[in-house]
Amino acid sequence: MGKAAITLTVNGAEADGLVEPRRTLADFLREDLALTGTKLGCEQGVCGACTVLLDGQAVRSCLLFAVQAQGASVTTVEGLAASEDFDALQKAFSDNHGLQCGYCTPGVLMTTRALLDTLSSPSENEIREALSGNICRCTGYHGIVEAVKELTAAQA
Amino acid sequence: MKPSPFEYSAPASLEEALEVLAEAGSGAKVLAGGQSLVPLMNLRLAAPEHLVDLNGVGSLSEIRADDGGLAIGAMARQSTLERSTLVEELVPALAHAASHIGHFQVRNRGTVGGSLAHADPTAELPMILLAAGGRVTVQSKARGARAVEANDLVRGYFTTAIEPDEILTEAWFPRLEGAAGWSFQEVARRHGDFALVAAATVVRLDGDTVADAVIALAGVADRPVRAAAAEELITGEAPSAALAEHAADAVRGELSPTGDVHASSEYRREVAGVLVGRALSEAAQRAQAGS
Ligand SMILES: Cc1cc2nc3c(=O)[nH]c(=O)nc-3n(C[C@@H](O)[C@H](O)[C@H](O)COP(=O)(O)OP(=O)(O)OC[C@H]3O[C@@H](n4cnc5c(N)ncnc54)[C@H](O)[C@@H]3O)c2cc1C
Ligand code: FES
Ligand code: FES
Repeated sequence: MGKAAITLTVNGAEADGLVEPRRTLADFLREDLALTGTKLGCEQGVCGACTVLLDGQAVRSCLLFAVQAQGASVTTVEGLAASEDFDALQKAFSDNHGLQCGYCTPGVLMTTRALLDTLSSPSENEIREALSGNICRCTGYHGIVEAVKELTAAQA
Repeated sequence: MKPSPFEYSAPASLEEALEVLAEAGSGAKVLAGGQSLVPLMNLRLAAPEHLVDLNGVGSLSEIRADDGGLAIGAMARQSTLERSTLVEELVPALAHAASHIGHFQVRNRGTVGGSLAHADPTAELPMILLAAGGRVTVQSKARGARAVEANDLVRGYFTTAIEPDEILTEAWFPRLEGAAGWSFQEVARRHGDFALVAAATVVRLDGDTVADAVIALAGVADRPVRAAAAEELITGEAPSAALAEHAADAVRGELSPTGDVHASSEYRREVAGVLVGRALSEAAQRAQAGS
């Protein structure tokens, strides 16, 4: 069960790796590329902490093998902001108390990114529906929804 | 947490996939969306020796009108069903039911074939296939392609008629035509959770009476089932709220679901009755509106 050489694009830059097929994309990002923004909660698809964008679509990185991302483009929370400053998404979460411990936040941000990429002005129902696959143990979701609503208003 | 080691193949065509699967033997498994298989592997409840990844087999993702119905390639994503105008037009229940599978991040990867092959007893898609009277095509290198009817596909908990060397290539759903209406109803603990109980109905009218009715349920047995006694009871009758209630009682009478940590047997039976009542009323209304 040899290792496979893979090449993909992560946050706009080429990333190479030599991985066992059983290496999940989440572990590859965190341990081989040291991109520890992506979090692991359940490793069975339920909690959403590991959500990243694969070719623009929100997916669970704990349920994908790194070999499957060969040739693909992956965006993680580290890829949101172009500089040291927060991007608009991160700033809205910060301003609206959309996080407390922050463990769920990278997954929530990537889900929000995917939502706003498909629907420019989602209703509160659509926001809650989209975020239903991201579990947060701290905030009670109120601040998260407020943050997304603010972004929606800003874009409209 | 890591899955056990395995060999990985990423064939680019169906022929190649069938060949690899045949050679790899019984320790091999097909990898589709991975939304059921990979959790099992991460928990080491499954430890396949060889994964044959179908994600590179582009020909398996097609959705097209075919033979008076809708043919859906096994690798079509569940999220595609929600957005496809063809699905909405030909088999609207399918588009509607698909939106109840997990969360959108899960549906972005999860496939139609994977859901049918995995055969979770609470899964939406095998129940819709049964309600619609559809079929699947499965194929092996040794024996070629064969059709499996919906009522023959699921054989028990997570068990199907698909042999280890076979790949489910396509699902086919007959088009809903004429004075017929459908309904899909589901109760789950939380939004995005697996269903506790789900029901799908099709009601076909002949004038003012029910020509035939299908009542399919998930979450009440080891596989999706039809409530035959209730179907018979309403055939030939004029649809009404009282008739739907009558059928709901018959459903409660003919089911004996097993209870588990999520819901007791009594609760599942009660919910099944309630959902069938609602689903029959809605399907009859749609049939009347469409006729
Ligand atoms: C958080 C979460 C919530 C979920 N909620 C629901 C829900 O509410 N309802 C529901 O129905 N499902 C639910 N699921 C599971 C669903 O998302 C899966 O997509 C589906 O059960 C399996 O499809 P897959 O494409 O992911 O298959 P995989 O996980 O890749 O495979 C599943 C099984 O089917 C076999 N298989 C796959 N494709 C084929 C094929 N073409 N031919 C032969 N064998 C094949 C595999 O070998 C494996 O044994 C949920 C999953 C998660 C993670
Ligand atoms: S860690 Fe991937 S969904 Fe929980
Ligand atoms: S902020 Fe702590 S889990 Fe969401």
